Amino acid sequence: MDVFSCDVLVVGGGGAGLRAAIAVAETHPRLTVAVISKVYPMRSHTVSAEGGAAAVIKAEDSLDEHAYDTISGGDWLSDQDAVEAFVREAPGEMLQLEHWGCPWSREPDGRVAVRPFGGMKVERTWFAADKTGFHMLHTLFQTSLRYEVIQRYDECFVTKLLVDDGRCQGVVAIELATGKIQAITAKAVILCTGGCGKIFPFTTNANIKNGDGMALAYRAGAALKDMEFVQYHPTGLPFTGILITEATRAEGGWLLNKDGYRYLQDYDLGTPQPTPVLRSMELGPRDRLSQAFVKEQEKGRTLKGPYGEYVHLDIRHLGAEIIDRKLPFVRELCLKYAHLDPVSAMIPVRPVVHYMMGGVHTDIDGATPLPGLYAAGEAACVSLNGSNRLGSNSLTECLVFGARAGKAAGIFAAQQRGPDPSLVAQAHDEQQRLERQFLRKTDGKERIATLRTEMQAIMEESAGIYRTQSTLQEGTQKLESLQERLTRLSIEDHSYTFNTELTAALELSYMLDLAEVIVWSALQRQESRGSHQRTDHPQRDDRQFLAHSVAYRKNGAPRIEYLPVTITRWPPGQRVYGR
Amino acid sequence: MSRATSSTVTLEVTRYRPEEETEPTLQTYEVPLEQDWVVLDALNYIKDRQDGSLSYRWSCRMGVCGSCGMMVNGTPKLTCAAFLTDYAPGPIRVEPLQFFPIMRDLIVDVTDFLSKLKSVKPWIIRDTERPLAEGEYRQTPDELDAYQQFSQCINCMLCYAACPVVGLEPDFIGPASIALAQRYNLDSRDEGARERLDILSTHDGIWGCTFVGECTKVCPKHVDPAGAIQQYKLTSGLDSLKSLLLPWGAK
Repeated sequence: MDVFSCDVLVVGGGGAGLRAAIAVAETHPRLTVAVISKVYPMRSHTVSAEGGAAAVIKAEDSLDEHAYDTISGGDWLSDQDAVEAFVREAPGEMLQLEHWGCPWSREPDGRVAVRPFGGMKVERTWFAADKTGFHMLHTLFQTSLRYEVIQRYDECFVTKLLVDDGRCQGVVAIELATGKIQAITAKAVILCTGGCGKIFPFTTNANIKNGDGMALAYRAGAALKDMEFVQYHPTGLPFTGILITEATRAEGGWLLNKDGYRYLQDYDLGTPQPTPVLRSMELGPRDRLSQAFVKEQEKGRTLKGPYGEYVHLDIRHLGAEIIDRKLPFVRELCLKYAHLDPVSAMIPVRPVVHYMMGGVHTDIDGATPLPGLYAAGEAACVSLNGSNRLGSNSLTECLVFGARAGKAAGIFAAQQRGPDPSLVAQAHDEQQRLERQFLRKTDGKERIATLRTEMQAIMEESAGIYRTQSTLQEGTQKLESLQERLTRLSIEDHSYTFNTELTAALELSYMLDLAEVIVWSALQRQESRGSHQRTDHPQRDDRQFLAHSVAYRKNGAPRIEYLPVTITRWPPGQRVYGR
Repeated sequence: MSRATSSTVTLEVTRYRPEEETEPTLQTYEVPLEQDWVVLDALNYIKDRQDGSLSYRWSCRMGVCGSCGMMVNGTPKLTCAAFLTDYAPGPIRVEPLQFFPIMRDLIVDVTDFLSKLKSVKPWIIRDTERPLAEGEYRQTPDELDAYQQFSQCINCMLCYAACPVVGLEPDFIGPASIALAQRYNLDSRDEGARERLDILSTHDGIWGCTFVGECTKVCPKHVDPAGAIQQYKLTSGLDSLKSLLLPWGAK
């Protein structure tokens, strides 16, 4: 077995991971830092983010407005100290990216331009046309190449966190090219592995979004926070689940039912105006818009297609010039994948699983209660996003909390001694587990894809946009039986070279653990808040549930506890849109 | 948004497991010819239902992560954007990107590509950094337009698989890397063009290109690497000429 070591190890090379690695390199130049990722960094899912990244930069905006939009958007479940740190540091982080070369769209005078986004009272979304995530990721990746101190382990798949003496001290990973098991010891580990949308059947998330980091942390004894909150984005293309960015609505797009009627006016989201009005109608928050779709569907006012019900997103009135300048990727995606030109045709859309508000429980420096373990980005729950993330906060979150976690992990690592010798023995045990459970296993009968498809169906049925006790309970039982069937998995591929069947099996096992946490957390939260809507408990219940759920791994069902929400200056109020 | 057809199509897919085979071979699979399916969907169908050992890279399935480039009927393509119906009635041959060393099945070794990308110093180079407190560098929409096209590269490497020079001269730095260098050279915030010129104005750099233009034809993002190389040759040529005529550094 190869054994490597570094001071700070970042797992994941997307927006948060690369930002964290650069933060370590800049603030602690004497430390060694490494990025380990199951894909080359520029393949990370940050690349798919389209619309933009929020930060206060215009004179008419204020940090308090950004904080209020975030907190009300999250239905008061955000920790307000985290929100305050976030809005304060967001502009600096975005400017830093500008200095690193991100091709932000500009005003005629050369200043950075901003656009409106959903749930936002003042426009503050920086954008690079509608390929913002792509440009941010490539800027970060290319900039990271400047730092010789940043080592990379590309295409290495992490299977376990090494924990000894009460602290996290590295990982065990498979080098995909050779199948070699590696132990990489570190004085601090930062998980930046993103979300887990692939637990659901219909998602904007890439194939690699399997919640690896969340599951690794959970298995190592760390807690997962607020996992019941799953964001459905209101506008995905049927069949592929490809995201049609919120920026289409920010630029003036309308959502129409089968009668051509702007149905959001029936759901307390305001009255239709010809041009976009902030925090109103199509610029309401994502949870409310996705819920309105379901209600509209129940009324029989959606359209029927081969891939389920849908409504229309109409941007024809914007004209080709604006569409090409501000939404070129939307046009490209529609032409390629929906076989229509949005300049002259309406886009079919339906709600699609997009983002996990929950994640690894951390403080505002990205530190988990397990010493040496940090998390940032979608993999983490800081908690910034409460029960419903505001559009365009997630890219900025990757920067702000990636940087914070990098700095904090650097300080921690600088104070630690070297790795404990017992770690290598642990890594050997892990190697044997992988051989026994997967590579040398020949008696399995269950296909990976079958179990995965069943899991996804269970999740949509029990933990979709609307939930209720009976289907959630059913979900827990069905998932338990899938866990049992997972032990009888069939692996046809016994090669050591790029064994993607092995990684798919490991990803399935991660996702099943997280699916259970999502369903159990949703079952126990007997209220409706933000993205978590219980038809049997339709009201928000601040008396019992103005609290974060934290789930710990146990034999059988997870143990779920509750932690108070940090309220600084914005006492819980009503979410008001369109009035 | 129409759905199923009842017919099927044959895929001939490269298989290579270095522990078992000395040479890559082709394996045949039969998959449904669905209207909305791309080649990648067909590969996933095979992996999920017929042969779990087939290996390939993929991720976003929306043409932006750059993972799933392969040869489809001999042409470099993003398999997430290559519709089966465009190749009906088949058979459709799916092979790893050519001119790259094959690792396993449809997966090629890209480490050399990564080091070429890095060699052109693809980051902002400045003599003095402006403090963050002074805000953004101003850049007008026209200045943005000057380099924006070259910033669209997703590193999918289709241009390398299309370039006959890459096939003949493995040290040729290649279309995407040169386009990326030009992306930074043309950025009004950057002052690193001279540093990059030393790397690029060698035979392995721009002068290796024989201007076949295949790179630009196969680019799924309409980057024009061939144009970047030609522009660069002009800059580089003028620069050498100036050095010759004005040897005391009046540049």
